[in-house]
Amino acid sequence: MDSLNLLLDGFGAAITPANLLFAAIGVVLGTAIGVLPGIGPAMAVALLLPVTYGLDPTGSFIMFAGIYYGGMFGGAITSILLNTPGESAAVVTAIEGHPMAKKGRGAQALAASAIGNFIGALAGTILLVLLAPTIANLAVDIGAQDYFAVMLLAFIAVTSVLGSSRLRGFASLLIGLTLGLIGLDQLTGQQRLTFGSLELADGVDVVIVAVALFAVGESLWVAAHLRRTKDKPIPVGTPWLGKSDLRRSWRPWLRGPVIGFPFGSIPAGGAEIPTFLSYAAEKRLAKHDEFGKGAIEGVAGPEATASASASGTLTTMLTLGLPTTATAAVMLAAFQQFGIQPGPLLFERESALVWTLIASLFIGTVLLLVLNLPLAPIWAKLLRIPRPYLYAGILFFASVGAYAVGGDITDLLLLFVIGLIGFGMRRYGLPILPAVIGVILGPSAELQMRRALQISDGDLIGLVNSPFAITVYAVVALILLWPLIRKLVGNRTKEHAA
Amino acid sequence: MSDSTRTEQSSARDWLRRHSELGICVLLLAMGVLVLTDTFSMSVEFTQRGPVGPRTVPLVVGCALILVAVLLARDVLRGGRGEAEGGEDIDLSAPSDWRTVLLLSAAFLANAALIDVIGFPLSSAIMFWGAAFALGSRNYTRDPLIAVALSTITYVGFDTLLGVPLPGGPLMGVL
Repeated sequence: MDSLNLLLDGFGAAITPANLLFAAIGVVLGTAIGVLPGIGPAMAVALLLPVTYGLDPTGSFIMFAGIYYGGMFGGAITSILLNTPGESAAVVTAIEGHPMAKKGRGAQALAASAIGNFIGALAGTILLVLLAPTIANLAVDIGAQDYFAVMLLAFIAVTSVLGSSRLRGFASLLIGLTLGLIGLDQLTGQQRLTFGSLELADGVDVVIVAVALFAVGESLWVAAHLRRTKDKPIPVGTPWLGKSDLRRSWRPWLRGPVIGFPFGSIPAGGAEIPTFLSYAAEKRLAKHDEFGKGAIEGVAGPEATASASASGTLTTMLTLGLPTTATAAVMLAAFQQFGIQPGPLLFERESALVWTLIASLFIGTVLLLVLNLPLAPIWAKLLRIPRPYLYAGILFFASVGAYAVGGDITDLLLLFVIGLIGFGMRRYGLPILPAVIGVILGPSAELQMRRALQISDGDLIGLVNSPFAITVYAVVALILLWPLIRKLVGNRTKEHAA
Repeated sequence: MSDSTRTEQSSARDWLRRHSELGICVLLLAMGVLVLTDTFSMSVEFTQRGPVGPRTVPLVVGCALILVAVLLARDVLRGGRGEAEGGEDIDLSAPSDWRTVLLLSAAFLANAALIDVIGFPLSSAIMFWGAAFALGSRNYTRDPLIAVALSTITYVGFDTLLGVPLPGGPLMGVL
């Protein structure tokens, strides 16, 4: 019950006018960003990092969490009304949501999505409250070798589970790791990849890498292939649900978090896989044979799943310091900016901040429902913003952010060069997430590995001398060998059949 | 005779265009060589204990870069293709519009060149207008107005409200 008291204290701290304002700004901004094409929550948090230099950490994280949750619903609006998902989490929503809108049931689809997001976020945050302190307690004793193993798992998982090509995932990871190497070695102070330049000796700021890969890379990529013909969104009224729709939706809403939370908490790319699984599950369980033509279950389930997966992601990020999505990766960089290291000790050292943040997740969830249910038609109007302004604005705020970091033109040039890399990566199908994870986790992974080896006095056994680390390496091996295993098993079943 | 050389030339260009992904392999290879040369030029620290020092991780990353570059080249030559990223505003059926990309880059780099000379408000406004122009906006009254409003509000917001200093330039010195 200790955590309940802490949570109540957190509510006390979160219901100050300033923190409520941050929560509201985050939720509104998150929804807008979800609706707007080209900007995702990861890019939004990266662009906002410079703004938060002057703010206190609690307010900043309340805002960031609001953006993350808000983005989930905003993405669904474009999926339903335009058949083009604003976020990867909303890809599945378009399958049933857009046919519903075409049949004139857009209002019902939006309501199923908004309430689904509310229930998913609520259930996910309750799970976060129940599980996070326990996980943090279990993880408090893990040593340097365990951290290194977990980070290695994150590297392997983001490159192998996501995307269509492992090789391209690894290429992206290596680009990130190389950028992370630039600067002074953390233990001996030797210069690495600085080429004698003083500006590079401090290393490349993570903010610049994130803004460059997400914002500048995206703007350049859009410039090369700007769609000249515009899709027209389907006009829609205020969302509402009738009795029969409610009867069809409540079970998918409740099933969603069960799938979403665990998948969000493991390094498997956040919401993409669980939303798809939720869709498949609802399709199988549905009594109505409406799937493919606008079944409300296919909106309700995946939407609840997406929001719950965001809570799962936050759980892993706060308790282990391990980002499993791009947004969490950028939030981790934000923690580092404030000199706070997420991980098992966070719940002890920054108890007030953590519990205020969790309390504000509940507040943000309610705000999201209250604001978005009536405002959905207005959000849809955002889609009319002229694209030249949108992308010029993204580029504008990207350079403001990079320049504000240190007031240095070198940072603007670096932003452009890394932005060009981001452009090339999009052109040739290299996923962005592994590069971002590589640049953020790479330096800490190296530090933990060398610490572990210092403790063991250079003996390589020092990396694998705990049961936790061995378990993690077993999982890494399984992921790496999975294609081979599948091939072997596939051959055997084929032989069996023959 | 000249005909056949011309077709050879154009077919070579075609081949390169179809295999332009090899450029990524070259980039990875160059990065790998760069990381390795930098690592070997590092003086060996005598305080290093055990097998792992400041050179170990760069060594691993450099070798991995070269390995991935070679594997990717093999994949591309065997017909593998990286899937270009789609999106709401992206039309992959049209060929790459390099003019827009170059104009946009010019707008961005102009800002880098001008910001310390003429200050943030003016130089950022020029960048916004230039970027909007590059992307096809041709409203000669609304575009600059939005650009100036955006950059002035951002300047005041950062410099005064958030306490993040930005250079005002000579214009703000006069005001």
